[in-house]
Amino acid sequence: MARSIAFREALREAMSEEMRRDDRVFLMGEEVAEYNGAYKVSQGMLAEFGPKRVIDTPIAELGFAGIAVGAAQNGLRPIVEFMTWNFAVLALDQILNTASKMLAMSGGQIGCPIVFRGPNGSAGQLGAQHSTAFESYYANIPGIKVISPSNPYDAKGLMKAAIRDEDPVMFMESEVMYGDKGEVPEEEYIIEIGKADVKKQGSDVTIVSYNKMMKVALGAAAELEKEGVSAEVVDLRTIRPLDWHTILESVKKTNRLVIVEEQWPMCSVSSEIAYRIQKEAFDYLDAPIRRLTAADAPLHYAPNLVEAALPSVDKTVRLVKEVMYMKK
Amino acid sequence: MASKFSKETYLYWYELMLLIRQFELAAEEKYKMEGKIRGFFHAYVGQEAIAAGVMTATRQEDPFVTAYRDHGLALAKGMSPESCMAELYGKATGCAKGKGGSMHFFGKKEYFFGGHGIVGAQIGTGAGLAFAEKYKGTDNVSLTFFGDGAARQGILHEVFNMAMTWKLPAIFICENNNYAMGTSVTRTSNVHDIFKLADAYEMPADSVDGMSAEAVHDAISRAVKRAREGGGPTLLEIKTYRYKGHSISDPQKYRTKEEVEEYKQRDPIQLVLNTIQKNKYATKDEIAAIDKRVNDKVAAAVKFAEESPFPTEDEVLKDIVMTPDYPFIVD
Ligand SMILES: Cc1ncc(C[n+]2csc(CCOP(=O)(O)OP(=O)(O)O)c2C)c(N)n1
Ligand SMILES: [Mg+2]
Repeated sequence: MARSIAFREALREAMSEEMRRDDRVFLMGEEVAEYNGAYKVSQGMLAEFGPKRVIDTPIAELGFAGIAVGAAQNGLRPIVEFMTWNFAVLALDQILNTASKMLAMSGGQIGCPIVFRGPNGSAGQLGAQHSTAFESYYANIPGIKVISPSNPYDAKGLMKAAIRDEDPVMFMESEVMYGDKGEVPEEEYIIEIGKADVKKQGSDVTIVSYNKMMKVALGAAAELEKEGVSAEVVDLRTIRPLDWHTILESVKKTNRLVIVEEQWPMCSVSSEIAYRIQKEAFDYLDAPIRRLTAADAPLHYAPNLVEAALPSVDKTVRLVKEVMYMKK
Repeated sequence: MASKFSKETYLYWYELMLLIRQFELAAEEKYKMEGKIRGFFHAYVGQEAIAAGVMTATRQEDPFVTAYRDHGLALAKGMSPESCMAELYGKATGCAKGKGGSMHFFGKKEYFFGGHGIVGAQIGTGAGLAFAEKYKGTDNVSLTFFGDGAARQGILHEVFNMAMTWKLPAIFICENNNYAMGTSVTRTSNVHDIFKLADAYEMPADSVDGMSAEAVHDAISRAVKRAREGGGPTLLEIKTYRYKGHSISDPQKYRTKEEVEEYKQRDPIQLVLNTIQKNKYATKDEIAAIDKRVNDKVAAAVKFAEESPFPTEDEVLKDIVMTPDYPFIVD
C-alpha cells in the first residue's frame, strides 16, 4: 500500500529501518539527536535508538567525519549528516584523501562503508556561502558514489541501498524539498544505485536532470506539451556511477538532448554527459546538445539575482525550442 | 560614587547599543511581517554590550571580522544604517550591493572585514588580518569574533598555535552566548570554560562579563595594549546571551522562557541607562532626544532600503574576478 509521505520522512524511514535491521549502523552529525535535526530529518530517532546510535557532534566537520571514516574501516556503518554540503567542505580531506582511497591504497583489504548525507545546492536567498551544488565535485572522485534524488520514493529506496553499500556514498538532498510529499509504499524496497529513471515518456526531445532541478525539467515538459512538443524527462538519481545508457536510449529515440542542472558550468555533470552522448550517439543527434546550469558565479543574495542565476521552467522551454529549431 | 567612565562614553554606548537593537527589531519586523528580507537572519539582540565595549577600547583602523551574526559590529564600526538595511533588502545601495545579505555585511572603508557564513572560518581570516598589520609595521590589532560553537572547530587550534608562535597582534573574542543553534556549550566539549583553550598555547586569556560594556572595554583594552606593544594575541571569552532564537526560524525548544527572562534582567542597554540616570548624565528629555534620534535613523534606513532599486541583472557576473573582460562560461 502506498501512502503519501514527505521527503524528510522517507529518509528517516530508510535510516530507521536500516538501523533496526543492522546494529552496526548509526547516525552522527550536528543537531541530529536532541534538536531532532536542523531540518527534522532525524526527528524521533534519538527517542527510538538512544544516544549510542544517534549522536550529536560539536561543530567540527573535519573531526567527526574523520571519526566516522575510522569507524567505517573498523566494522561499523556510519551515516554522517552534514547540516549542509557547504560545511562538508571542511571534511573533504577525510572523504577524498582517506575514505575514497582506502580500498585502493590497502590493495583491497580495507573498505569504507559510510554514507555522508545532507542538503545541497541553493535554497533561496542564502548567499554565496550557503548555496553551492556539489554533485560535480564529488562525482569527479573515483572510489565513491554520488546520489542526488528528486522525490521521496527514490530517496528512500536509494538511501537504503546507500547504507547497505560497501563503498563511501555521498547522498545529496535539498532544504527546499524536505517538505515535498510523494507516494511511498509501506513494503520494503530498495533502488539500485547507478540507475537513471525515465520520469516522463516523450518522443521529440530528451531533458536530463536530477535533484530539485527535476521540478524545472518536468515543469518545462508540461509547458512544452501544451505547445505540442513531447519531451522525455530522465532523472539521473545517481550521478556516479552515471547511467548514460538510459540517456543514450532516450536520445536514440528523440535525437535531441537538453540537460538542466544546478552545478556551475565548468567541469559539470552536463559536461560529462555531453561528452558521452556525442561520442556514443553522434549519428543520432539532430541538434547540438545544450544545457542550463547555474551562472558561472557565486550565488548573490538579491532575489532577482538568484532568479537570474538559476535554471527555470521558462529558460528550459526556450532552450528546448532552440534545439527543436522552433520559433520562440 | 563616580562612574568608571566619562559621561560621553556612557552616552555613546547607550546610543550605539540602542541603534543596534532598534535596527534589528525593525528589520525583524520587515522580515516576519512583510517578507522584504529573506534568507538566514541572526539577531545580535542581547549581545550589544560587546560591540559597545570593543569600540571604546579600539580605534577605527583596527580591523574586525566576525561570523554571520554581524549587524551589531557592522553598525558599531560606523557603517551606515541605510547601507546595512538596504543590504538586508538585497538592494543595490546595500553595503555589499545586495550581494551579501544579512550574513555578509562588509565595509572596507570602516575596516569591517565582514560577516562570514562558515562556522569558524573567520578565526583564520582574523589572524591573517593581524599578520598583515604586523608585516606592514603598523600597530593596529585585529579583532576576531566567533561563537561558542565555533570554538570547537579545528581551525581554532591551528591558528592559536601560529598566532602565539608568531606573536600576531590578534584578539580572539569568543562571544559565548551559551548556545550553538540548539546545542548548549556544555554538550559540545569536556571543557566548558572556553578561555581555557588558550592554555594549550600559553596564550593570555580571560573570561569577561558580556552584559557589561565596562567589563568588555576593560578586558579589550588590556588585550589591545599587549598586542600593540608586540606582546601577541589574547583570547577573551565574553559571556553573553542572545534573546532571540539562533535565527528567525528557530523554535527555541532547547531553553526555557524563564532562562531568557533571567538574562533580560541584566539587559546591557538598561544597565548603561541606569548608570546614566543615577549619575544624571542626561535629563529625561535628553534621553528621549537620543531615543528619538535613534528611531529616526532606523526609520530613515528602512525608507532608504525600500526606495532603493534592486541590482540590475548584469550584476550576476560582476564582482566575481578583478580581471576585466573575464571569459565567463555563458551557454
Ligand atoms: C562549518 C559550518 N558548520 C555548520 C554550520 C551551520 N551553523 C550555522 S551557525 C551554527 C551555530 C554556531 O553557533 P556559535 O558558534 O555559538 O555562534 P552563535 O550563532 O551562537 O553566534 C551552525 C551549526 C555552518 N554555518 N558552518
Ligand atoms: Mg553561540
